[in-house]
Amino acid sequence: MIVAVASGKGGTGKTTVSVNMARSQGSKVRLLDCDVEEPNAHLFLRTDQHEQQEVPIRVPQVDESRCDGCGECGRFCAYHAIVSFGTKPLVFAEMCHGCGGCAKVCPKGAIGETDRRIGVIETSRSENITLIQGRLDVGVAMAPPLIRAVKARLPGAGHAILDAPPGTSCPVIATLRDADYVVLVTEPTPFGLHDLKLAVDMVRELDLPFGVVVNRYGVGDDRVHVFCREQNIPLLLEIPDDRRIAEAYSRGELMVEALPEYRSLFQSLIAKTMLLETEVQESHNQAG
Amino acid sequence: MKIAFSTPGSKLDAPLDTRFGRAAKFIIYDLDSETFEVMDNRQNLNAAQGAGIQSAETVARSGAKVLVSGHCGPKAFRVLQAAGIQIFYSEGPTVAAALESYRQGSLAEAAGADVEGHWV
Repeated sequence: MIVAVASGKGGTGKTTVSVNMARSQGSKVRLLDCDVEEPNAHLFLRTDQHEQQEVPIRVPQVDESRCDGCGECGRFCAYHAIVSFGTKPLVFAEMCHGCGGCAKVCPKGAIGETDRRIGVIETSRSENITLIQGRLDVGVAMAPPLIRAVKARLPGAGHAILDAPPGTSCPVIATLRDADYVVLVTEPTPFGLHDLKLAVDMVRELDLPFGVVVNRYGVGDDRVHVFCREQNIPLLLEIPDDRRIAEAYSRGELMVEALPEYRSLFQSLIAKTMLLETEVQESHNQAG
Repeated sequence: MKIAFSTPGSKLDAPLDTRFGRAAKFIIYDLDSETFEVMDNRQNLNAAQGAGIQSAETVARSGAKVLVSGHCGPKAFRVLQAAGIQIFYSEGPTVAAALESYRQGSLAEAAGADVEGHWV
């Protein structure tokens, strides 16, 4: 089962929930840090057995001797990564998403492909957790292909937790696709609620089962709770606004290790996500 | 010969837009016939990226051989150069004033991009 941890707003506690969920899982689990622009799950896990692998995307390389300047490649590319108007094409590799379309539509077979490194995947281990994190190179603005490469490390079976980037844009969609269940982390503030609504719209569009975790419960107001009740969204967990949690976080410690009284919270979160996911599967099966 | 000007307006007394890639329109002025046409560029206003490249393509397709704008980024500069379009920077303030400056030969041709790209 693949559980993705996402949020609309940044800084609500996605990584806190992800790493503590992973450690509380009674068995081996893969934790994928898909926030490749600023991965941070490793800060909370003492890891060893580090491995690193480079991730390239395929970008076009034009053989100008075979090009007749027809411009098909430029008309095809939605990102203007290859441009031609009766001239030899210009390639802007940093704009290329690596789809390979230009090479396919070129009638002269003048476009080949070459690797362009966009980042690395780092794999390491910490007790029951195998941490797989993408790290986008500085200056690269192309997160989804690296996120897809990180997710390609998932085997067919077993438990996995995906720590998503914040927001509701392409990198988040790339992370959530194929998840079995989505945990949306929010804080009980007007800003938290505003971005939670955007995130709810997104997961409904993706047709994924989801529930909400309220972090820093006790600050703000009750509007997130009212919203969840009205929308019939399961409230999975409330993490109290406890200064000791922030202190443990600032030292890079896991909440479930520094403050063992919170272990049961995360165990119940895991149980609830598994139960809710099973219910969704069964209702799909009945409907099918 | 045709000259392209970046502008938010549709007439010669409209301001010269100092941005190239995200200009709303281009006025394409024909020096021979002393007439002009307006090309819409609003598709680029909200483009996440690639606005400069696509604007440069639009100008190249218009048949213009000269571009007068406020600034130009590195990608747009490469495309314009490949299309054989000369680039002149002007502070306007209007399209008509920039046209007059061009006619008098008081605009210097740009040797390179004068602003950073937004995505590199």
